[in-house]
Amino acid sequence: MRRRRDARTIRPFTSADDHCPNASLPCEECLQSSYPQTYKQSIQFCMEWALDLAKLDYSGWRVLREGFRGQAGWTQAWRDPAPKPAYDVIIVGGGGHGLATAYYLARNHGIRNIAVLEKGWLGGGNTGRNTTVIRSNYYYRESAALYDFSLKLYEGLARELNYNVMFSQRGIITLAHSRHDLEAATRWVGAMRVNGVDTDMIGPAEIARRVPILDMRPDARYPVLGGFMQKRAGTARHDAVAWGYARAADALGVDIIQQCEVTGFRRNADGSIAGVETSRGLIAAKTVGIAAAGHSTTLADMAGFRLPVTSYALQAFVTEPLKPVLDTVVLSLATGLYLSQSDKGGLVIGGALDLYPSYAQRGNMPMARTVLGAVAQQYPSLGRVRLVRQWAGIVDVVQDSSPILGATPVPNLLINCGWGTGGFKAIPAGGTLLAHHIATGTPHHLAEPFSLSRFSTGALIDEAAASGIAH
Amino acid sequence: MLLIHCPWCGPREELEFRCGGESHISRPSPSATVSDTDWGNYLFTRKNPKGVHYERWVHAFGCRRWFNVARHTATHRIEAIYAMHEAAPSAFDGADAL
Ligand SMILES: Cc1cc2nc3c(=O)[nH]c(=O)nc-3n(C[C@H](O)[C@H](O)[C@H](O)COP(=O)(O)OP(=O)(O)OC[C@H]3O[C@@H](n4cnc5c(N)ncnc54)[C@H](O)[C@@H]3O)c2cc1C
Ligand SMILES: [Zn+2]
Repeated sequence: MRRRRDARTIRPFTSADDHCPNASLPCEECLQSSYPQTYKQSIQFCMEWALDLAKLDYSGWRVLREGFRGQAGWTQAWRDPAPKPAYDVIIVGGGGHGLATAYYLARNHGIRNIAVLEKGWLGGGNTGRNTTVIRSNYYYRESAALYDFSLKLYEGLARELNYNVMFSQRGIITLAHSRHDLEAATRWVGAMRVNGVDTDMIGPAEIARRVPILDMRPDARYPVLGGFMQKRAGTARHDAVAWGYARAADALGVDIIQQCEVTGFRRNADGSIAGVETSRGLIAAKTVGIAAAGHSTTLADMAGFRLPVTSYALQAFVTEPLKPVLDTVVLSLATGLYLSQSDKGGLVIGGALDLYPSYAQRGNMPMARTVLGAVAQQYPSLGRVRLVRQWAGIVDVVQDSSPILGATPVPNLLINCGWGTGGFKAIPAGGTLLAHHIATGTPHHLAEPFSLSRFSTGALIDEAAASGIAH
Repeated sequence: MLLIHCPWCGPREELEFRCGGESHISRPSPSATVSDTDWGNYLFTRKNPKGVHYERWVHAFGCRRWFNVARHTATHRIEAIYAMHEAAPSAFDGADAL
């Protein structure tokens, strides 16, 4: 049994691999562990993998077969279990980070007695509301390491989960509109390249070629002087990321319990966590992890500690489907507007945060006007395109625009929050790191700089000030 | 869109204002004796309630004066507007329960 898990967890390098094939483990860890090296073990691994695939039963062959059978043979992708009285680990929040944490706890650490508690429906928070940009062009070394780790996991995620998350590495272009923008961009790109992230300065001619709908005239409202591009960046299907993790976690025995709101915490005599009170009764747990985004402080209040987090509404917009007009992601440093085109043809549009703290998942008119005004100004041909949807999510904003990962002042209670406007891209990493901390009792080295203690030591990782990037 | 009653200029639309975040935060002192944790809390930790929030606003594109607002963060309903030096009005019935 033990041997089987090892074989599943760690795949050996082959000559075809140009980087670590064990997508959900950092390479240093693979090197330290005893992965199967012999031919026989590799064969055994492949056979087990094929068997697992057959069991999960999502394949081209199956799609074809169901096509002939009127799609009648599909079954539920995950169970809908009633909560058990006790679990080893409870994760609060069934968004991407919570589901990924449960998955990696089971997959990387062999812990199976896990529940994910979600007050609404799976992926109904920011994971199902975001604009799906995935990139790792951050300024500081700590952030670059964290987000690039996540991007690498995304590169292997569809295969890892046997679920098409539609990760499309279409690149992201950041536009500079003034000499100052250009100077700042040059500095950022320098830092990113030193951190090993693939970013390049690009000139107006290349931008015009890549984004023909952008107003490149010298007298445009926002003239474009240049910009930079990360080619490995892209977009993925947000729901598929939640569903893929949910299905894979469920297959490993994780109980995903929806319509189950955590309303309080039970403590042991020594102050450590004994369990959670929920709308479906008391559930005991040895360890609890919180991944509740905009509601992080609500949960922290219940547990009796405070967080440097403020909740804001962030809006997004989708237009009617258009023919292909944009095959990359474009972000403007002047207006904060960014957009991409989904596979269905709709333009997915985002901008800055609403202006005051909010728990109202709807978004306000003034910011909508600013963002949509920028669409018309920067992309005149889109000025008369109709919107089909607008919505908002409640994001957990931290002063230094970096996440908070790891221990809380309450023993056995860990947290993953503070991703603010940009945590979709970090879901595979956030899950891996929180799972590591829960399973081993110590923070993963990538997570260490992001601990809550940085707000008293002063070691902030100020991405907002450093790279001026949102989302 | 909020209609905010500036104590000096009267009702104006939200666009003319800026929100300055949580109000009534007092600076711990004397500085030399404040622990790093207390100082960090003072600088960064916020109440962030899902309910009535006591916050500072400035009429940026008007009289440019600051004042306090008690506003519900889920409904955005403004419960009270009061001067910078005034204490926060006591909790609003039921408003915190949301
Ligand atoms: C409009 C918009 C655009 C964005 N664009 C991008 C982007 O382009 N790229 C990017 O990387 N990021 C983006 N983000 C940010 C990204 O969506 C989030 O950082 C990320 O989805 C957070 O994932 P999560 O799992 O932590 O939170 P969520 O997906 O919000 O999940 C938290 C879950 O916790 C549940 N919960 C809360 N309280 C309780 C309770 N008491 N009991 C039980 N369950 C509870 C909630 O119902 C929710 O489902 C965007 C966000 C928004 C709103
Ligand atoms: Zn005024």
